[in-house]
Amino acid sequence: MSGLQNQPRPLTPEEAQRRRKRSLAIAAVLFTLVAIFYVLTIAKLGPQVLNRAL
Amino acid sequence: MQVPMTSLSNSLSADAEPQPVIMAVGGEVSDFFALLKPRVMVLVIFTALVGMAVSNVHIQPVVGTISLLMIAVGAGASGCLNMWWDADIDAVMTRTAKRPIPDGRIQPNEALAFGIVLSVGSVLVLGLASNWLAAGLLAFTIVFYAVFYSMWLKRATPQNIVIGGAAGALPPVIGQAVVTGSVGIESIVLFLIIFIWTPPHFWALALIKSGEYAKAGIPMMPNVAGPQSTRRQIIYYSLVLFPIGLAPVFLGFGGLLYGVTALLGGLGMLAFSVHVFRNREGEAERKAALGMFGFSILYLFLLFSALLAEHSLGLFRTVIA
Repeated sequence: MSGLQNQPRPLTPEEAQRRRKRSLAIAAVLFTLVAIFYVLTIAKLGPQVLNRAL
Repeated sequence: MQVPMTSLSNSLSADAEPQPVIMAVGGEVSDFFALLKPRVMVLVIFTALVGMAVSNVHIQPVVGTISLLMIAVGAGASGCLNMWWDADIDAVMTRTAKRPIPDGRIQPNEALAFGIVLSVGSVLVLGLASNWLAAGLLAFTIVFYAVFYSMWLKRATPQNIVIGGAAGALPPVIGQAVVTGSVGIESIVLFLIIFIWTPPHFWALALIKSGEYAKAGIPMMPNVAGPQSTRRQIIYYSLVLFPIGLAPVFLGFGGLLYGVTALLGGLGMLAFSVHVFRNREGEAERKAALGMFGFSILYLFLLFSALLAEHSLGLFRTVIA
């Protein structure tokens, strides 16, 4: 068996650029998800969060 | 499925020269976005928002916005799963042949994974953001459209879009469930309006695309019952739609603006359906069907816009005290 069989074909510049864009899009979606959970938590707690024993 | 593959792993045989493995490189971000049927997502956001507005219950704006976003993502996910399943028939029809999967820009398994992840994610986030009734309704909508409609009804019966229309009619019900935690008469009436509106809307298009549907083997009404029977049924559904369109006025959540819009719009739907019935040949048939298709979109948009304006801009004027 030649080792060539298990080698991925090098990506063309266009393919590499597409993959980079997809990676950035996934990062943006993950960041948005984090922001959603953060904002949602604050919104659900509301002003009551300040009304507690310190 | 007969889907062209752009990147396939090379098969190995004893007499073949070893070749480097070609990795799947995937499509553009815009191709993945196209899988979500963005125009349908906009319609879903709009109708779900109206479902929220007619409930007249205050909702925390952040919770409302995130809930709407999740309803839209869930609808997009079901559209993605639909495109995954229907890639073989999409490839046959000119209207859909350029979609990302039949065009080879996205692999079917990529679309399947994308659709499943978004479906599960949207339902979970909606449940956490609002309540689990709304999340359950969204899950039901996704399964109904992706499994019940796409995998079974669409290729099995000419009543496909009649029954399948329930999936497209559910967003206002989900919207009301988000803000009230229950399902009321308002969203049930909005569900019925979209449900009864769907057949004349789609059959108008099916009349001029019947050749395409026949080529793909989809049993749309004009292909099974014939164009004449379809035209008659378009009139029947438009007749039923007329009083249902006016129901919000009699139930007290549609005011003067809505009442006038529903009255004129309902008459317009009836007029266009009769026009379709009378014009059965050549270019006149095509123009009549396209007119019906276009007006039906305007009808639904105006009815829901009137309700939204009355409930969010203070334009509500009581018709029946």
